[in-house]
Amino acid sequence: MSDGTFQPRIVAFFCNWCTYTAADLAGISRMSYEANVRVVRLMCSGRLDPQFVVVALRQGADGVLIGGCHPGDCHYQVGNHKALRRFTLLKRLLRQMGIEDERVRLEWIAASEGDKVQRVINEMVAQVRTLGPLRLTDIPQPHGDVVIEPSCCCAEQTMPAP
Amino acid sequence: MLSNSVTASFFGSGAQRNGRKRLAVTELPRELPLGLMEPSGTDEKGLSPNYPRYLGENVMSKPKVGFYWCASCGGCEEAIVDLAADILGVVAAVDIVFWPCAMDFKREDVEAMADGEMAVCFVNGAVRTSEQLEMAELLRRKAGLVVAFGSCAHTGGIPGLANLYSREGVLAAAYDTAFSTLNPEGMRPQTAYAAPEGTVTLPELHETVKKLDQVIPVDYYLPGCPPPVKLITGALGAILEGKLPPKGSILAPEIALCSECPRRDSKPEKLDFTEFKRPHQIIADPELCLLAQGLLCLGPSTRAGCDAACIKGNMPCTGCGGPLEGSKDFGANALSAAASALEATDDASIAVGLAEVPDPAGAFYRYSLPASLLYAKKGN
Ligand code: SF4
Ligand code: SF4
Ligand code: SF4
Ligand code: FES
Repeated sequence: MSDGTFQPRIVAFFCNWCTYTAADLAGISRMSYEANVRVVRLMCSGRLDPQFVVVALRQGADGVLIGGCHPGDCHYQVGNHKALRRFTLLKRLLRQMGIEDERVRLEWIAASEGDKVQRVINEMVAQVRTLGPLRLTDIPQPHGDVVIEPSCCCAEQTMPAP
Repeated sequence: MLSNSVTASFFGSGAQRNGRKRLAVTELPRELPLGLMEPSGTDEKGLSPNYPRYLGENVMSKPKVGFYWCASCGGCEEAIVDLAADILGVVAAVDIVFWPCAMDFKREDVEAMADGEMAVCFVNGAVRTSEQLEMAELLRRKAGLVVAFGSCAHTGGIPGLANLYSREGVLAAAYDTAFSTLNPEGMRPQTAYAAPEGTVTLPELHETVKKLDQVIPVDYYLPGCPPPVKLITGALGAILEGKLPPKGSILAPEIALCSECPRRDSKPEKLDFTEFKRPHQIIADPELCLLAQGLLCLGPSTRAGCDAACIKGNMPCTGCGGPLEGSKDFGANALSAAASALEATDDASIAVGLAEVPDPAGAFYRYSLPASLLYAKKGN
């Protein structure tokens, strides 16, 4: 942040069996990638509740990355199919709410694809950096100022800058 | 938001209610001890020891009750009239001191009241204008309890869908672009106009639509568009009997609509239809679960209380009962349930399966956009 470039905050939900393992592999292989991502491990991308995504966005994430096993490879057979259906519908809803496509992304990354973790993260960080901070309309509070200003002070409070 | 289920005893019997109809408002504490109001036996007067003091025990007058509407369609007012014969019991038990839709009371009448003089005020409708905000704040001061009545007050309701557009977009649609609009002079409502007789004013339109508890603290919520009669009588009875659950509670059962749906036994363990359909596209089997027939029924994510009214009319639930306890975002939660129900596994078949859900924001946030974590379209 010291050089003035915007450092986006990306929350990543990675499935334990593939993408999380791939991120681990990227780590042990000493691949370097942008440090803007906080990874949350899920047992399967099918565990991804769309509420996780909107909660992350409201709490200060500028983007959300979801990673799962390639279709056919899900440890629980169909979890990633379910994730794809939810993601497709959620993306359409987010688009209606004015949230840019690049901010929420789903990728299939196998356990051996450490390099793909690196590439996807770098790409996404660059894209979200170009978009700038996500400024959701503030949720009004009773007895507060009734004028709604598009700022995002909650972001600073709930998630430290990278 | 706190929310608690309403226990069976909460819906007290009418007989008990009638025994206690002569009540007066005495001194109203600002902080009502509502957390202590679980019914637990009665004292020598037959009152629960937790009987709310704001209702008093003076036999000379009855608790004062008000009804008000903000950004509302009038359906919630209709719901009160729908109490039918029961409304006579209400009228006998309380003193209606404010109800602009039905009786000739003015804002001045409310302003003349002492703070907290009204025992309860039921407010329906969302808040979009300066006038609605002022009235909500005024009623909050004058009423001991404020109940958000109906989906619009509870979660933003149908008017809340305007949060998908900017204020300017809404005005442009209404005054310029709508096919039924003819406005060659490009007139727009002004908040003040200097007429020869003096300046006349109109309320200001806010940037976004808010639910009631986004502008004032709310004590209880009655969900539904409009709230079902059963829930209204239950709430009135509970208030009159002092059997209220903790503050912040939603006065409706804490179970999903599917649990009270007459078709629940036909809902398969695993749903896997290939595409969603809209109600006009099929003649739905009147016995089988509508979701299993491919209709977008939000029963799994919606709070019960309406006795599955829409399902009984062979129409899918659109979610007016609002969120269940623990739901962080009604729309995202309902979307999750809907997407899970499809069978499709690849992009192409998913696109086909979801083709008939053309407006996800409108479908999943139909009654709750201002209550969603996204609140309004970005940039509004
Ligand atoms: S909740 Fe429904 S019935 Fe009540 S005012 Fe809103 S739209 Fe009308
Ligand atoms: S999904 Fe709808 S039709 Fe099916 S059981 Fe639930 S409420 Fe009833
Ligand atoms: S079925 Fe759903 S939409 Fe219909 S009244 Fe009940 S909760 Fe509301
Ligand atoms: S286990 Fe990886 S997506 Fe299901």
